[in-house]
Amino acid sequence: MDLSFTEEHQQLRELVRRFLDECSDEQAVRAQMDTEEGFDRSVWTRMAEELGLLGLMVPEEQGGTGLGAVELAIVMEEMGRSLLCAPYFSTVVLGGNTLLESGDEALCQEILPKMAQGELFLTLAVEEENGGHDLSDIHCSAEKQGDSFVLNGVKTPVLDGALADVLLVAARTEQGLSLFRVDANAEGMTRKPLPPLDTTRKLARIEFQSTPAELIGREGSAEAVLEHVLDLAAVALSAESTGGAQACLDMAVQYAKERLQFGRPIGSFQAIKHKCADMLVQVESARSASYSAAFSAVQDAAELSVTAAMAKSKSSEAYFFVAAENIQVHGGIGFTWEHPAHLYFKRAKSSEVLLGEPAFHRQKLAALIDL
Amino acid sequence: MSAEITESELRERVRTLLSEIHPDDPSVDSITFRGAQYDHGLAWVHFPEGLGGLGLSRADQAIVADELGSNAKNITNDLAVNAIGIGMGAPTVLTYGTPDMHERFLRPIFTGEEIWCQMFSEPGAGSDVAGLSSRAVRDGDDWIINGQKVWTSLAHHSTYGMLLVRTDPSLPKHDGMSYFVLDMKAPGVDVRPLHQITGEAEFNEVFFNDVRIPHSMMLGHEGQGWRVAITTLMNERVALAGNSSRRGQGDIAKLVETWQTRRHDYGSSASEVAQRALAQDKVLQTYIEAEMLRITHERAKASMTQGVPGPEGSVGKLMSAELNKKIYEVAMDLLGNDALTYEPGYELRRPGDHAMEGDSTLKHAFLRMRAQSIEGGTSEIMRNILAERVLGLPGDVRNDKDVPWVEIPRSG
Repeated sequence: MDLSFTEEHQQLRELVRRFLDECSDEQAVRAQMDTEEGFDRSVWTRMAEELGLLGLMVPEEQGGTGLGAVELAIVMEEMGRSLLCAPYFSTVVLGGNTLLESGDEALCQEILPKMAQGELFLTLAVEEENGGHDLSDIHCSAEKQGDSFVLNGVKTPVLDGALADVLLVAARTEQGLSLFRVDANAEGMTRKPLPPLDTTRKLARIEFQSTPAELIGREGSAEAVLEHVLDLAAVALSAESTGGAQACLDMAVQYAKERLQFGRPIGSFQAIKHKCADMLVQVESARSASYSAAFSAVQDAAELSVTAAMAKSKSSEAYFFVAAENIQVHGGIGFTWEHPAHLYFKRAKSSEVLLGEPAFHRQKLAALIDL
Repeated sequence: MSAEITESELRERVRTLLSEIHPDDPSVDSITFRGAQYDHGLAWVHFPEGLGGLGLSRADQAIVADELGSNAKNITNDLAVNAIGIGMGAPTVLTYGTPDMHERFLRPIFTGEEIWCQMFSEPGAGSDVAGLSSRAVRDGDDWIINGQKVWTSLAHHSTYGMLLVRTDPSLPKHDGMSYFVLDMKAPGVDVRPLHQITGEAEFNEVFFNDVRIPHSMMLGHEGQGWRVAITTLMNERVALAGNSSRRGQGDIAKLVETWQTRRHDYGSSASEVAQRALAQDKVLQTYIEAEMLRITHERAKASMTQGVPGPEGSVGKLMSAELNKKIYEVAMDLLGNDALTYEPGYELRRPGDHAMEGDSTLKHAFLRMRAQSIEGGTSEIMRNILAERVLGLPGDVRNDKDVPWVEIPRSG
């Protein structure tokens, strides 16, 4: 597998980094994370119009740029680095990919152009109160009533679930696991925001009581679609983790050079130096994990489940390790609300758990490669 | 490919060599063939003409290897013939040796007639090699050596050794050393096997008791020893580079194989099921670490090709040392009670004296891997290097710089 980035990739990275340095500095992150919506709509519009980030993977004929998993990984890595508060993961990664993989042309035609223009928010609701990450843990039911369906059950936690205009919901019918579309104004749907550990990412609990829903794709055919979408999501999340981990390492190294104790920079003590070196090793491992998964999504689709499982397990653990050590290197100041270290620390733990803990992904890997 | 010789011309030269003398001919031994290869300038093509080379680039040696490999079966491997002499001795002699030394040493290094070893480390100078205390004192045209070296591979087979000693203790430590080529059969050189935790002696201790060495055997100038040693050590890195690039290959394959055999041994009680799950997760974690190391190497290669080497090229030694230890620690756990025995025993032996099979290979590796985070730079030294050279953290406060070596505190 070729793991080299092209000149265009480099340009994309620089473009996104410049934009986020301007729009998602610490002050902006703090301002947005305290709001109920959790993001700045003017930044969202610029992401759509100036940078074309919302239609990154949307085909050109539907108003996107038709790029793939490698470009998405680059964008996610930069977003993770700057801790961008925006419903990008829910709308573009989960929602966008689910529609693209569903094969429902009419629905793609209706929704993706609007998503690319920043006019519509999506999310994917898979997990439920039992906390399981496996598709077999889905118990929400959909019952046929005439030409359409009604949903019953609870989905939680749903990323940006209170914001989404269109919710893509996994539920069971007599035919098996299927995907449904529920619009924001649907009857019998209660959306309750949850207080998030990581306030830069909004969560909701959603209850369906005979909520009208529209079938997406073929009834009973959602399993393969969801498996693939969740693999792609794991890859994107692992790229985001890599970016966050690098930011934490940079922060720790910078501080270790500046902070003087016992008459010398603390970074001259081997106790600190070795921590930083171990953090570097973890950052490079996270990078290897997320890059190889992103490249395999494009170059070797059969490999994607394997590399995605490894990437999710490795990068999220690496991110947590580095984010935690960053607080330790900073000492007291790192435990204060004023310092950004805790923002990354909380994002890191939530990224470790989101879409399944590392051990869950290792179990997936075990099944795939007979270990 | 250099401008002077095209690839096809270089291949032609290899075929000319093979038409004159062929290694598959039963009457031609390895030394004779390698001698001819040297005389044709095909030993190391980046060396000058007349000294085993053609003045090409180092990369062109791959063309020679490819052409030899396609046309002959009995090609001997440099590492098997004279690893240290070819990998480290020859480039050091070429860089710092006199023309007489080039003539005298390079050809027999390549043929393997004269095996070389390297003598830098001492009991009191491990990570801090430049603090070494073996002494050379001038006596007319000779120097007289006293002291001890340790961890010397191949010393018991060697004709010559690369020797770094202190010639002026009143200078700061890096300035007072000189570098010699030592005749390992000289009176007063005593080579003893060093018994290690595996039971084997891969290495030796070398003692010097009033060993006399002519001044003409000095490589570089008096006091220049550290610079010469750096050349040797840089070539060590080149010689040791190169890694497997297929998923699941190398040491991790041993762990996978062990798990795939042993996983069927767990019973169905709650305790056994839990133990199996825990063991499996350790195997999986280790497998992922191995894969991350492999990909990190791949990324390093890709960025070398693009000419922008990043940190991914520097973390490999630390990652692989720690990984290799872990691989066999996990494997030992999988062995259960079988891990309690060690078939080869611990009686002193040289590697290869005792063929190992089955689980013994794992248990031996478990013990041997302890050295991985010590040899060639401890993991602690590697972390210092990563922190200072890659991350730019300030150096430690030192009390051994800019002071005469004799005044530096030393243990023992």
